[in-house]
Amino acid sequence: MIATRDAYGQTLLELGRENPKVVALDADLSGSTKTSLFAKEFPARFFNVGIAEANMVGMAAGLAAGGMIPFASTFAVFAAGRAFEQIRQSLAYPRMNVKVVATHGGITVGEDGGSHQSVEDLAIMRALPNMTVLCPADGPETTAAIRAAAAFHGPVYIRLGRSKVPTVFAGGCDFAIGRGATLREGTDLSFITTGLMTAQAIKAAGILAEEKISARVIHLGSIKPLDVDLVLRAARETGAIVTAEEHSVVGGLGSAVCEVLAEGHPVPVERVGLHDVFGQSGTAEELLVHYGLTAAHLVEAAERVLKRKA
Amino acid sequence: MLTEQTVRELEQTARNLRVEILKMLNVARSGHTGGSLSAIDVLTVLYFHAMRHDPSNPAWEDRDRFVLSKGHAAPALYACLAEAGYFSRDDLKTLRRFGSHLQGHPDMNKTPGVDVCTGSLGQGLSQAVGLALAARLQGKSSRVFSLLGDGEVQEGQIWEAAMAAAHFRLDNLCVILDHNGLQIDGEVAKVMNVAPLGPKFLAFNWHVLEVDGHDVQAICRAIDDAGQCKEQPTMIIARTVKGKGVPFFEHKASYHGVPPSDDELVRALEHLGHA
Repeated sequence: MIATRDAYGQTLLELGRENPKVVALDADLSGSTKTSLFAKEFPARFFNVGIAEANMVGMAAGLAAGGMIPFASTFAVFAAGRAFEQIRQSLAYPRMNVKVVATHGGITVGEDGGSHQSVEDLAIMRALPNMTVLCPADGPETTAAIRAAAAFHGPVYIRLGRSKVPTVFAGGCDFAIGRGATLREGTDLSFITTGLMTAQAIKAAGILAEEKISARVIHLGSIKPLDVDLVLRAARETGAIVTAEEHSVVGGLGSAVCEVLAEGHPVPVERVGLHDVFGQSGTAEELLVHYGLTAAHLVEAAERVLKRKA
Repeated sequence: MLTEQTVRELEQTARNLRVEILKMLNVARSGHTGGSLSAIDVLTVLYFHAMRHDPSNPAWEDRDRFVLSKGHAAPALYACLAEAGYFSRDDLKTLRRFGSHLQGHPDMNKTPGVDVCTGSLGQGLSQAVGLALAARLQGKSSRVFSLLGDGEVQEGQIWEAAMAAAHFRLDNLCVILDHNGLQIDGEVAKVMNVAPLGPKFLAFNWHVLEVDGHDVQAICRAIDDAGQCKEQPTMIIARTVKGKGVPFFEHKASYHGVPPSDDELVRALEHLGHA
């Protein structure tokens, strides 16, 4: 169990040691986003801009225009929300080589409540031309995704979480932007999930197996570009899809998958996620149960989608 | 010190560039006349005297950088870039046309010599701060220049960036504020008063200078002064006249985003001695 933000902090530090062009920016949350590890070893390449996210993104754009590789971090709600137009104009439109690493995505932020729980950032970032959007499942994939983002020239939004999450890619992660991973084969339906919901999908597939239901588990750590071939193959071969994300079902992974299926191979879909509501205070575990984001809920969604399968 | 001949040459260049601005806007049939004319003397000094740049090598890593934060004054920037030789003067006739590399607002990926994309007001200064930091990190002596509008400083992000520039002691950053007193909806003082500007930037720990923004000698002196300043970014508040150089455009907010008509162009060129 490790929080994806911890994996980020460690990987950013390693990137800093490997490449003097890597710089980091933060908006007074470096202890939480874990850029503090980088800041401690590379104070000259770390810029705390204070509580000013719009300026942070603009400064990152300028640093990139000057040849550096900036990683800019804050909570997802402030990155994709507060600094949206700066990300649009100063990063996405000019294709600036800036990595926005947003921690504290989703409801597992917990006690801070709905004001701090971003349930719409994937939708917002996915709508931007030129933007790459990543949402790793665990520590090892976060490390791989951060490295892939650093190696890629262009703007990338990476959504990470606050809470510790189970490790999915225990045997290492062969991550590539735009490519999904089949974590379990299955023939009756497919779970297509992202972020911390992938661990729940693996659990749910195990429960379904006891009922003699064969569920495939596909993890999409790259929301944009989406692995269209993998999604269409799942639809053709299993005929039913359950998507799951720690995000609103409006505009996120569920929407992205439905767009692909509607045009390519329509099959019944059940979308698990927040149904157009904001979060609230509580522990991460309480909130995941309340909003229906557990393995048990995925099993129920699988049973619903199988009833609809022709 | 500037020789009298240099001053005369810069003044003549600015006059020629005013003509180019008016002609391209007339052909384009849309675009921002007033703010391009108020800014052109400052841009002339930057591109033809103060900045270290090489039109034959726009990607030269050691060049000085320029961020047109008030991106709607793109015609003034394009006139300078064409005059300097980044691209043909004929291209100016394609301003804002479909397929042209001269977009309505500056685009670094389309136009040779444009350092960053701007146009959404308030965002350019932050990018200039980032460029100045990048130059310092790389041990380069490059300076970063940026031009702001006075209406633009109503954007909160300007003050976030102003704080950061002073906090990081960016003495390689020189910002000029095109203080023409007018914005789309009327007088800046009436829409949302930004005065007093000098004391605001002083309070943000900037080195602040005020000049007549149409006096090329004064502009040159201020930019030299800024280059001597240590540990502080410099703000040059350039008092300007919107529509400067064409009497019937001057001091008129109504010419913020309106190009000259055919008749107005003839009269304007007559006035500038280019009939």
